[in-house]
Amino acid sequence: MQLITVAGSPSVGKTSVILRSCEQLMRSGLRVGIAKFDSLSTSDDQLYRQRGIPVVTGLAGSLCPDHYFVSNVEECLAWGRRQGLDLLISESAGLCNRCSPHIEGVLAVCVVDALAGVHTPKKIGPMLRLADLVVITKGDIVSQVEREVFAYHVRLANPAARALFCNGITGQGALELAATLRAAPATPQLEGVRLRFPMPAAVCPYCVGETAIGETHQRGNVKKMRFADLATAEAP
Amino acid sequence: MSRFATTPIQQLLHSYPCVEEFIAAIGLATPSDGRPLQEWLTRLSDEELLDAGMERGQILNHVERLIAEVEAMADGAAEKVTHITLLGGHDKSGRPEALELTLRAGEVVCVVGPTGSGKSRLLADIECLAQGDTPTGRRVLINGEVPSDERRYGLDRKLVAQLSQNMNFVVDLSVREFITMHAHCRQVGDAETTAEQVIAYANRLTGEQFSPEVSVTQLSGGQTRALMIADAALLSASPVVLIDEIENAGVDRKRALELLVGGEKVVIISTHDPLLALRGDRRIVIRNGGIAAVLETSAAERYNLAQLEAVDAAVMTIRDQLRRGLRIEEAIRWPT
Ligand SMILES: Nc1nc2c(ncn2[C@@H]2O[C@H](COP(=O)(O)OP(=O)(O)OP(=O)(O)O)[C@@H](O)[C@H]2O)c(=O)[nH]1
Ligand SMILES: [Mg+2]
Ligand SMILES: [Zn+2]
Repeated sequence: MQLITVAGSPSVGKTSVILRSCEQLMRSGLRVGIAKFDSLSTSDDQLYRQRGIPVVTGLAGSLCPDHYFVSNVEECLAWGRRQGLDLLISESAGLCNRCSPHIEGVLAVCVVDALAGVHTPKKIGPMLRLADLVVITKGDIVSQVEREVFAYHVRLANPAARALFCNGITGQGALELAATLRAAPATPQLEGVRLRFPMPAAVCPYCVGETAIGETHQRGNVKKMRFADLATAEAP
Repeated sequence: MSRFATTPIQQLLHSYPCVEEFIAAIGLATPSDGRPLQEWLTRLSDEELLDAGMERGQILNHVERLIAEVEAMADGAAEKVTHITLLGGHDKSGRPEALELTLRAGEVVCVVGPTGSGKSRLLADIECLAQGDTPTGRRVLINGEVPSDERRYGLDRKLVAQLSQNMNFVVDLSVREFITMHAHCRQVGDAETTAEQVIAYANRLTGEQFSPEVSVTQLSGGQTRALMIADAALLSASPVVLIDEIENAGVDRKRALELLVGGEKVVIISTHDPLLALRGDRRIVIRNGGIAAVLETSAAERYNLAQLEAVDAAVMTIRDQLRRGLRIEEAIRWPT
């Protein structure tokens, strides 16, 4: 079985491009399934099921969906095997632009949205920079100039990746996307396989339930901002 | 061993501004001494690396690929597409198209056919450089050869610039800033001057002049169209321009086509407008998902085009009179 991680900020068009490329993959006789990760709720499972695609959903609740993903990915892989899938695609929305579900040796896809503005590629962390394939959606509603500038910034943000435009509504570009997915390496097991980059250390007091504001309540991994005006005032 | 590991970092930053941008983008302080790249990386603390979101090897790798990409972009600009060849597939009922169609730079080809007949599919086949792997089974060659994977998937080497009808600007920049931004990405030497040229051309294409200072979001439909056409002709990397209809309003279509063709591009226009369709050198007729015919514009059609243009000019004059508050009572003289 082949595993593929698809990541991208909320509403960029992940489900749309996955659906469009699944249509192509299923047409060539492959069995495709989805593991969908989100925080509070999702209706993506219905969209997949409507098209006859088996799906499991993981709701992370108070955890970061990407952390939750890594803790459960082996079980998802086992589920996929029980379903007799050829391809298992995980869909997750990084909430902080910093977490990334991408795993060594597993095809890593990042979906970005051309509507988000030309400087967005710079701001996204390992989720984009360490992906193998970057899919740009919503190119249909921005100008040709912005498409070119956006593509340029994607290339600077991740010069090693392949990148392509895919329209989540019309499916233009889905064929190329499907071809890349089909060529993903096989993932027989994940025990001991590593993430491409560590997730942020989320162990500040507020991570573990603190609600009171103020320095006396801040124990553990606390990081403080630097203020230029204070720094110069303190300098001798 | 990496090509740049031992290069003094100051030298790298100086030769490749993109490296400095990258270091800033991952939130690391710009190094200010002459240590080699590898040594600078070694001295970064684990916390700095965690915040940056990349490991040492990944950063080194990234810098290397980045420089290679930027160099490739500069090379790519020189690579010329003289012609593309379309090898026929089949229509919706599986009937073979049996055709080999060569489109040359500097040529205007129109695509005509009823809505839903497969015009968009044809444009999509060209755009993705189909290799028998799309529903039509068509194949596309560049300069007579099967395109490399790099061509197919390299974003900046995209073959096709597509000017669609329903598009928006997301950025809020002045026209000058906007076009200059594009020129920077295209690595043109003097971005500001090139931008001025594009804007001047756009103003020649539209009846309603606009200033370089105006925000792109305030442009009218015609002005936007004119700006995008001038940009595609003079600044876009893509040797093929696909245009979905050029409306009559606000754009001088004759000049627009001259400008695009002068830029040594293959221009493909999907249109139902006789003034546009007959101005092309050839037109591709689509029926039932397949190419049913390729018609060369004949001498008789060119004659009729001249007549149609005269009618069009007469209508335009009347529109102008209306706009100026005049009465339209004089007998209209149609061309004979
Ligand atoms: N115009 C346009 N709209 C798109 C495109 N791709 C997706 N959309 C629309 O964008 C919206 C969000 O798409 P989804 O596919 O649900 O996005 P998502 O990333 O899966 O969202 P979450 O799973 O909720 O994070 C939908 O309304 C889509 O129809 C595109 O290429 N062009
Ligand atoms: Mg979704
Ligand atoms: Zn997170």
